[in-house]
Amino acid sequence: MRRQLLRAARAGVPLLLRGSPVHPGRARPSHSEPRGRDGRGQEEEEEEEEMGGWQQLYPGHIPTSPLQKALLAAGSAVMALCDPYRHDMVAVLGETTGCLALPNLRDKMKNHPEGYRILQERPRIRLSTLDMARLQGLPEGSLGREYVRFLEDNKVSPDTRMPPKFVDDEELAYVIQRYREVHDLMHTLLGMPTNMLGEVVVKWFEAIQTGLPMCVLGAAFGPARLSSRKLQVLATELVPWAIRSGLNSSCVLNVYYEQRWEQPVESLRAELGILPPPAVRV
Amino acid sequence: MAALRLWRWRCRALLSRPAGALRARRGLAAGPEMHFGFQTVTEEERREKIYQVFENVAKKYDVMNDSMTLGIHRVWKDILVHKMNPCPGTLLLDVAGGTGDIAFRFINYVRSVRQRQLQRKLRHHQNLSWQEIFESYQNDKFNNSLGDSQVVVCDINREMLKVGKQKAQHLGYSEGLSWVLGNAEELPFDDDKFDVYTIAFGIRNVTRIDLALQEAYRVLKPGGRFLCLEFSHVSNPLVSRLYDLYSFQVIPVLGEVIAGDWRSYQYLVESIRQFPPQEELKAMIEDAGFFKVDYENLNFGIVAIHSGFKL
Repeated sequence: MRRQLLRAARAGVPLLLRGSPVHPGRARPSHSEPRGRDGRGQEEEEEEEEMGGWQQLYPGHIPTSPLQKALLAAGSAVMALCDPYRHDMVAVLGETTGCLALPNLRDKMKNHPEGYRILQERPRIRLSTLDMARLQGLPEGSLGREYVRFLEDNKVSPDTRMPPKFVDDEELAYVIQRYREVHDLMHTLLGMPTNMLGEVVVKWFEAIQTGLPMCVLGAAFGPARLSSRKLQVLATELVPWAIRSGLNSSCVLNVYYEQRWEQPVESLRAELGILPPPAVRV
Repeated sequence: MAALRLWRWRCRALLSRPAGALRARRGLAAGPEMHFGFQTVTEEERREKIYQVFENVAKKYDVMNDSMTLGIHRVWKDILVHKMNPCPGTLLLDVAGGTGDIAFRFINYVRSVRQRQLQRKLRHHQNLSWQEIFESYQNDKFNNSLGDSQVVVCDINREMLKVGKQKAQHLGYSEGLSWVLGNAEELPFDDDKFDVYTIAFGIRNVTRIDLALQEAYRVLKPGGRFLCLEFSHVSNPLVSRLYDLYSFQVIPVLGEVIAGDWRSYQYLVESIRQFPPQEELKAMIEDAGFFKVDYENLNFGIVAIHSGFKL
């Protein structure tokens, strides 16, 4: 209750005392203050569920029953296929189907020294936390410089990643958030652009690496919208390479990218075990 | 099983609300506290939150209505207009009319009644020469397919009105339709102006229902009719269970998948539970001064049409 009052006070919202007290329930409220959350955090503070066991575990969390998760998974899968511009549906699909893969991923991170540090420090890749000027000034071929080049070439921004809503564990919510934010770095490491073909290749790599059902589905159904020529390139060169790299490489979430901006991309690829990309135009 | 637990504890939560919330449910200002779905907020906060909800859902409002009710909302609205049975020349005020569903149905209904009127007139004129018929066109307002009927769509939310206007243009409704931005608690119209006042699925979102009812009384002409179509209380236990299950489990999911907005639809289903049941609303309408107040349950009470007359 006190934590609620403190959070509400910090958010500047007048908290009206409610009838029933907060049940401790199964909730594990976040210990670290989530950084970089946008203005929606204030609204979410107010809409905390107060009754037994269904607590809001992090800003933006929406507690859901198993039936709701199943319906969401089905609905978001259909919607993502029908309208590929609904990135939020892809995100929801990932969250609702990731209940087995996410703990695995979290454990992989915990058992690795760098991954463990990431879980403790919870870094966020956002325009506000990145020093774009410094990254641009880094030498050619370094991770920071290539990353910025990727963002500019493809006109994307790290801030467009959706925050997790339906993950019922605060740490796993961070893991999936980290996965989403590292996605652009995957593109950089694999040298793939953000067109459909490039995205499918990255999805294949991520499917092997993370085991998230959403990645598997994306990898399987993504090629449906490609031309036959691209499909051929995909099947003969890119996918085998992505699979081999995925299997060979250590877990990509165990890399503290924010501390490796100066490292050359080639060296990072070699360290992880990502094989050199095939010489095809994507 | 988890779903049953969920609705059971939602119901318990509802019943365990203190008396203050009960007064708040009646729409009377019990101090600053009011309900917004299952949360407790101040009056001002509630108005703002509801405005934001409808601002967010405006573009997908009709799609969501169709998917949530599986198209049945169209039947409900048709029944409302049939119950109204307007004749050409009626002046209708549709409050919280947003995307114009009731207004368009009213226009269609009046048009078809007018068609029939004109056909009957033509039959009487069959003994006239064609020149006399042509002359009668100049005198009568034959071109007036609506027979001077008019509908004013009033809504507090700009986005909803915008969507409504676009829809009207798209569907080809132009004459007899006016769009006004206004608050149901304080209508921008003079006394004794309208023949019929309707509010379909809107009164639930009004913060002070008693004020809205008083305003309805004020702007109606003597002899005018008040009609309210709103979600209501289901008394049948089996239907109630299924309805709760569907409401709380499926509707927010539909909101997230179709409109990308879980919270607005969570608010929707919660606000339905918070709304006064049929008899209580009937009492409130009578308090506002209406006579011959009655209600008709549709679909076991999932929806109810309340009707009253200003005499």
